[in-house]
Amino acid sequence: MSNNLISTPEVIKAVKHHEDKVVIALTGEIDMKCSGMIKEQFEDIFTHEPGCVIVDMTNVAFMDSSGLAVLVGALKQARDTECDFRISGPCEDIRSVFEICRLETIFQIYDNIEQALS
Amino acid sequence: METEKYNNMDSIELNISAEPENLSVARAVVRQAASITGVRESETESVTLALVEALTNVIRHSYDGPCKKPININFSKINCHDNRSALEITVRDHGKQVDPDSIKGRDLEDIKPGGVGVHIIKTVMDHTEYNKAGDCGMQLRMLKYID
Repeated sequence: MSNNLISTPEVIKAVKHHEDKVVIALTGEIDMKCSGMIKEQFEDIFTHEPGCVIVDMTNVAFMDSSGLAVLVGALKQARDTECDFRISGPCEDIRSVFEICRLETIFQIYDNIEQALS
Repeated sequence: METEKYNNMDSIELNISAEPENLSVARAVVRQAASITGVRESETESVTLALVEALTNVIRHSYDGPCKKPININFSKINCHDNRSALEITVRDHGKQVDPDSIKGRDLEDIKPGGVGVHIIKTVMDHTEYNKAGDCGMQLRMLKYID
C-alpha cells in the first residue's frame, strides 16, 4: 500500500501565547506516527521557560499510549522547570486513556480551555 | 477458550506493513468491524485503542522499528462456549518470538513515559492471549464480548 494514499492530518493545530501561558492546541488522531512531532514541539516550548503550558485536546479524537508518553514526558519537564502543566477539553475517550493508565490525578485536567486559562 | 465461528459471518482480513502510516487504516477497519459485529458504540474506541497498542508493540518490539514486514490482522464474530458472542481480533507478526508469559504490563506506580501498551490491551479487552506463531513471530488473540 502506498503511503501517499494515507495522510495523517497536521496534529498541531496552533501554538499561542496568553501572557505567561502557552497553549498548544492538538487535533485529530495521535499515535506513534505523529507523537514525535508533538514531543519536538514541547521541547521547543520549554526552551522558552514558560510559566504555564496548556495542552488543548478539545479537537483530539484519538490518542494512544505514544501520545500519552509524550504528555508524561512533558509533565516531567514542566515539573523540572517549575512550570504549570494543564490539559484542557479531552473527550470521554481521551479521558479514559488517562484513567486506564491511572494518570488522571497526576495531570491537571480541565473541561475546556477557558477553565484552563483562568 | 472454546469458540465457534459464525457460519454466516465472513471474517475481515487486513494485511499491512509494519509502518506507522498504516495505523490510521487499521483504525478505520476495526471501527467498521466493531460496528458490523455489534460492539457497543461506547466500547468501539477502546477496542480501537487496543488494536493500535497491539500494532505499535509489533512495530516497536517484534520488528525493532518501522519496516515493510507484514502484520496480518483478522476480525471475526465468534460464538463462545458460554453462548456469548464476541468480536475476535488476531494480530500476527513474523518477527521475534518471546515467551508469551513474559509479556506483561509494567508497574503503573512508576510514573514514566511508555511501556503501558500491554496494560491497556489487557484492561480494555475481555480476553487476551499471546502465543508463538509457527516458526517465527507471535500471535495476539483478543476478544470483546458483544452481549
